Amino acid sequence: MSTSEPIIQKELQKRFTEVTPPLTNQEAFQESQRCLYCYDAPCIQACPTGIDIPTFIKKIASGNMKGSAKTIMTANPVGASCARVCPTEELCEGACVLNHSTKPILIGNLQRYATDWAIKNDQVLFKEGQPNGKKVAIVGGGPAGLSAARELALLGYSVTVYEAEKQAGGLDTYGIVSFRLPKAISLWEVEQIEKLGVTIKTGVRIGKDIPINELLSTNDRVILAIGMANVPDLQIPGENAEGVYDAIELVKMTKDAPFPTHLRDKKVVVIGAGNTAIDGATCSVRLGAANVKILYRRSEQEMTAYDFEYEFAKQDGVEFRWLTQPVEILTNEAGQVKGMKCVKMKLSEAAEDGRRRTEPIRNSEFLIECDAIVKAIGQRRHLSFIEDLGLAHNEGVILINPDTMETSNPKIYACGDVIFGKGQGEAMVVSAAQQGKTAAYHMHESLKETYSA
Amino acid sequence: MADLRTNLAGITSPNPFWLASAPPTNSGYQVQRAFEAGWGGAVWKTLGDPILNVSSRYAAVHFNGQRVAGFNNIELITDRPLEVNLKEIYETKKKFPNHAVVASLMVEPNQEAWHEIVKKTEAAGVDGLELNFGCPHGMAERGMGSASGQVPELVEKQTYWAKEAAETPVIVKLTPNITDITATAEAAVRGGADAVSMINTINSLAGVDIDTWLPIPHVGGKGAHGGYCGPAVKPIALNMVSECARNSRINVPISGMGGVSNWQNAIEFMLMGASNVQICTAAMHHGFRIVEDLIDGLSTYLDERGILSVQDIIGKSVPTFSDWGNLDLNYKVVARINNDVCINCNKCHIACEDTSHQCIDMLNDPNGHAILQVREEDCVGCNLCSIVCPVDGAIDMVELKNDLPPMTWNERQSLIGSLKERKVTK
Repeated sequence: MSTSEPIIQKELQKRFTEVTPPLTNQEAFQESQRCLYCYDAPCIQACPTGIDIPTFIKKIASGNMKGSAKTIMTANPVGASCARVCPTEELCEGACVLNHSTKPILIGNLQRYATDWAIKNDQVLFKEGQPNGKKVAIVGGGPAGLSAARELALLGYSVTVYEAEKQAGGLDTYGIVSFRLPKAISLWEVEQIEKLGVTIKTGVRIGKDIPINELLSTNDRVILAIGMANVPDLQIPGENAEGVYDAIELVKMTKDAPFPTHLRDKKVVVIGAGNTAIDGATCSVRLGAANVKILYRRSEQEMTAYDFEYEFAKQDGVEFRWLTQPVEILTNEAGQVKGMKCVKMKLSEAAEDGRRRTEPIRNSEFLIECDAIVKAIGQRRHLSFIEDLGLAHNEGVILINPDTMETSNPKIYACGDVIFGKGQGEAMVVSAAQQGKTAAYHMHESLKETYSA
Repeated sequence: MADLRTNLAGITSPNPFWLASAPPTNSGYQVQRAFEAGWGGAVWKTLGDPILNVSSRYAAVHFNGQRVAGFNNIELITDRPLEVNLKEIYETKKKFPNHAVVASLMVEPNQEAWHEIVKKTEAAGVDGLELNFGCPHGMAERGMGSASGQVPELVEKQTYWAKEAAETPVIVKLTPNITDITATAEAAVRGGADAVSMINTINSLAGVDIDTWLPIPHVGGKGAHGGYCGPAVKPIALNMVSECARNSRINVPISGMGGVSNWQNAIEFMLMGASNVQICTAAMHHGFRIVEDLIDGLSTYLDERGILSVQDIIGKSVPTFSDWGNLDLNYKVVARINNDVCINCNKCHIACEDTSHQCIDMLNDPNGHAILQVREEDCVGCNLCSIVCPVDGAIDMVELKNDLPPMTWNERQSLIGSLKERKVTK
């Protein structure tokens, strides 16, 4: 580009810094004082990882910051990330008893305050266990895999995490927009786990760089935490045009400088209405798009994005086109996106799963002018890899015993997004963290008798 | 609007709110600012032989984010020349003839010294004198303040000396650093005091810095005990005022102080026998302007109850304050939890379970909602649950009527005694 590039980059850097400012010391102290320190507190019950929230908040109040951070990270190895990405109003803050009298405690912000303190003060919170001579491989270094790795390291296992990307952290590192979760936070969590002696091999793909047989034969157990893959095709004409992007890839590009500039002044259409679609849209706004529209074939009521994400996108100026389905991507002579042909939809009765079906309205086709399209209609599964492992699955969702996270192969456990779907599991980072813990504990149970600790 | 004028042993003031003898009344400038803000009276910072003060003088105790729950100082009496103070007293009184200007005095326990300072001070036009027998730090090491205030004979004698020379009312300010304050209050009355005031500050060490291991405050690495005051001492002060008020040998008016921070506190002190209140810490925390709400709150309180004069509430609660032996053993209250108001923090449960009488159960109602319930037969009516409850109206302490006639411990003991006696005489 031109000489203005550094200035643009500087501006983009600003736009991608965390939108929620951290609590000041004074704010955190006052907010921590407001916590009632409930007995048998409902916020703990509402946290998938069961963080002892009143305890970590009281520790902020008493000035025991290290103890506070440790309380959080003990229950949740990705507690610093979760402080930022958890839908707290649906979890801990939603359960706070003060909802019934004043206003709930800002638990997420306090959790961020305590973990920020640990990050800033370069604290090492945990120590690995006595080596027990057992080897575990974890495939996938996202929240679920890291969480399992941390717990197993504390129990004395020799743990190796295999991560296909350049850095570990998975969704937290690559998939959540920087202005919600800066990469450094996730990488700190990775580093904490590495300090426990966990080996993290990045840029390694099992089944390609290391044969599956070798993985299974050289480890006592394997934990599969491979998450999900890219956004699937729209399956409409023009899909391969220049200017069609994958929302997950787009977010990933914005997690590190230099920021991409290809959406500058573009009219962007995002397809889908989940949290990833919101991320794709708000990233586009920040990258300088002239106009950003979200297209969804259902209506506002059916959208799966969290309310606060929806609100956030609206405040960013993102427009929403409900009951709209793309049918064709139109291109110019150079093969670049120039518009999209859409059709209006209507909702029918709710189907068995409770979700209402949609059907196109006859003769309702219309054109939306645009020069970039961001797909955010869900994620593909690592289907062939799962089949190569020979695990029972339902369309790529690995079947597990939900109490133990054990797969159809007793040597392999699975957790995180790879088990999410088809009515199984939860999509949240915090749930993945808990599943990682559960897998680790049950694997430990199953192995305990085979060695003398 | 109710009449807020008060009269303490002949010293009148437009309202019952006086600034206590302390840093806020150090100079004419300050006292005049206070009167302009609306204070009814001021007790001038203690006059005596000018002293030297140290630097680093105050410290406070903050509690759970609340600033100044308690306050501690190691400042001594005035460090300004007597003549300067007297000149400013004269000017202040001239400017504010209707406000009460009282001079606090402290000299060594010597008849001539007392005569001299009383005469000099009265010549400046004060409305009354307050003898400082209470200051617990510094001056006490030189035999003054609480050192003499802790010895009933010295209190009586010095009061007598002051009274020999005084033409204006003499108030004796008492130290709380004593086992039974009524002993020194009685001594003051025997010495001829026209009124007593209480409490002065309580011996205290505000804290220790856990990083430097030095006392708080410290003066170049060394600390000494100070005098404690502020909201935390209010119950101690209120008890001392009440004990004096119900003692028939202490038949002089009382000026109450110690942690008075708002109009409600003032009403409490007056109901328990104080003719007016003196305030310092609250003013030091927020400035003289607090007097506006003190006056406004008090007069609204009186108006709402149709009470024409604030003097009509003085001592009204004193008859309700007695000895433990006169409390009815058959009176019974129990806790009742209003589950529609309760927010289920379970603090009452854990407080009762761990530290009281294990009578609050965590249950589910027929709809499966968590509720808390008191087993009334096991509840002793201790109030702990209602104290820890963070929500107004969630726990009521309700009286359980029973058929038993009132019976106090004293009545019970004398009944047992008389039964024994009857047995013996049979």
